[in-house]
Amino acid sequence: MARDGGVSCLRSSEMMRVGIGGMESPPLDLDEVHVLAVDDSLVDRIVIERLLRITSCKVTAVDSGWRALEFLGLDNEKASAELDRLKVDLIITDYCMPGMTGYELLKKIKESSSFRQVPVVIMSSENVLTRIDRCLEEGAEDFLLKPVKLADVKRLRSYLTGDVKLSNANKRKLPEDSVPVNTSFPPPPSPFPISPDSSDSSLPLTISPESSDSSPPLSPLEISSSPLSSPIDDEDDDVLTSSPAPEESPARRQKMRSPLD
Amino acid sequence: MDAHVAQLQMQYRNYILSLYQQGFLDDQFTELKSLQDDGSPDFVAEVLSLFFDDCVKLVGNMARALDQTGTVDFSQVGANVHQLKGSSSSVGAKRVKGLCINFKELCEAKNYEGCVRCLQQVDIEYKTLKAKLQDMFNLEKQIVQAGGIVPQVDIN
Repeated sequence: MARDGGVSCLRSSEMMRVGIGGMESPPLDLDEVHVLAVDDSLVDRIVIERLLRITSCKVTAVDSGWRALEFLGLDNEKASAELDRLKVDLIITDYCMPGMTGYELLKKIKESSSFRQVPVVIMSSENVLTRIDRCLEEGAEDFLLKPVKLADVKRLRSYLTGDVKLSNANKRKLPEDSVPVNTSFPPPPSPFPISPDSSDSSLPLTISPESSDSSPPLSPLEISSSPLSSPIDDEDDDVLTSSPAPEESPARRQKMRSPLD
Repeated sequence: MDAHVAQLQMQYRNYILSLYQQGFLDDQFTELKSLQDDGSPDFVAEVLSLFFDDCVKLVGNMARALDQTGTVDFSQVGANVHQLKGSSSSVGAKRVKGLCINFKELCEAKNYEGCVRCLQQVDIEYKTLKAKLQDMFNLEKQIVQAGGIVPQVDIN
C-alpha cells in the first residue's frame, strides 16, 4: 500500500512533470514552428492542437482541405509574393475527410510552387498499406495512425527542426529548381547541417519488404512507433538530389522526387 | 494528511481503475490525461464534452438515416459511424469504439435490424460513459474542494 501514500502525496509540480511526460527539451528554433492542422473532426482538431502546442508549435487548425488551401492562399491565383510572408513549417492532415481528402490536399500542396517543400503528414484511423504507399509516393513526409499520441508528434517535431534550419537553404535553391532536371546539381558547398553518415538508409516509415505485396496489414505499432523513426535529416536528400539514395521503399522514392517536380 | 481527502483520493483511484478494468476507457484516455497540466487543467473535461456533443449529433444523424421508410442509405449511416469511431478512438472511449467497429460491419452488410440494434447500444453506451465520467469529474472536484490534489492513477 506504499503506492497509495506516494500517489496521494504527489505535488502539482510533480504532476506536471509526470503529466506532460517528460517534455523537457526547449524549442530548438529561433522562430516558432508553425503547423497547419487539417481535420474535419472537432475532437481530433482539439487533441492535435494540444499535442502540437505541448511540443512548442504554433498551430492553425482548420476543418477541411478547402479551408487549408484558402489559408495557404492556394485557392485562387494570388501572387506568390504575398505567400512568402506566410510561414508554414508542417502540414498535418487527416486522410478521410468529406469533400477533399487528405490525399487530394497533399497533391495540391505538392503541386504548388510555394508550398511543395513543406512537409505534409497524413493521419488516418485506418492502417491500409495501399493508402500509406499512395500518400508516401505522392510526397507525404510521414503517416500517423490515429489516435495520435504525444510520442508521434514529438517524433515529427524532431525532424521538423532540421527542416526549419534548411528552409533558408531551400530558398536559396529555388532558382535552381526551375532548371530542368537533366543535370545533376553539384553538391552545394554551403554548410548545410548534413553529415555524410546521416542515415540515408533510415526511413521515417518502415514498410517491411514482405508486406509490400501481400498484406497482412502492418500492425499500428509498426507505423507509429517505427524503430527507424529517429530524428532523420530526411530533407537533406531533397537538397542533395545529385545523389539519389538507393530505392529501398516507397518512402525513399518520394524523397527523391519531390524537389524536382 | 486529512483523512477525508485521503478517503476521497482512494475512492477516486479505485473508480478510475474500475473504468479501465471494465473496458470503458483505454490508454488513449491516459494519453489525454497526460496532456493536461496546471496551464490547461480542464483539457480532458473539454475534450470529453466535445466528444459527447459529437455523440448526440452523430447518433441523431444515424437514427434519422435509419428511419427512412423507403430505402435506407447505409453509406450515410456508415459515414456517421466512421466519424463516431474516430472521435471515440481519440478520447479513449473503448466500448463506444468497439461498438462502432461492429456497427461499421453491419452497415457494410446492409443489415438493417443489426444496425438499429447497434445504434441503440451505442446510445446507451455513450450515455453510460458520460455518467461515469461525470462521477469521476465530481470526485476530482470534491478532492480539490477538500484541499487535496487529484492523484495521478497508474493503471498498470
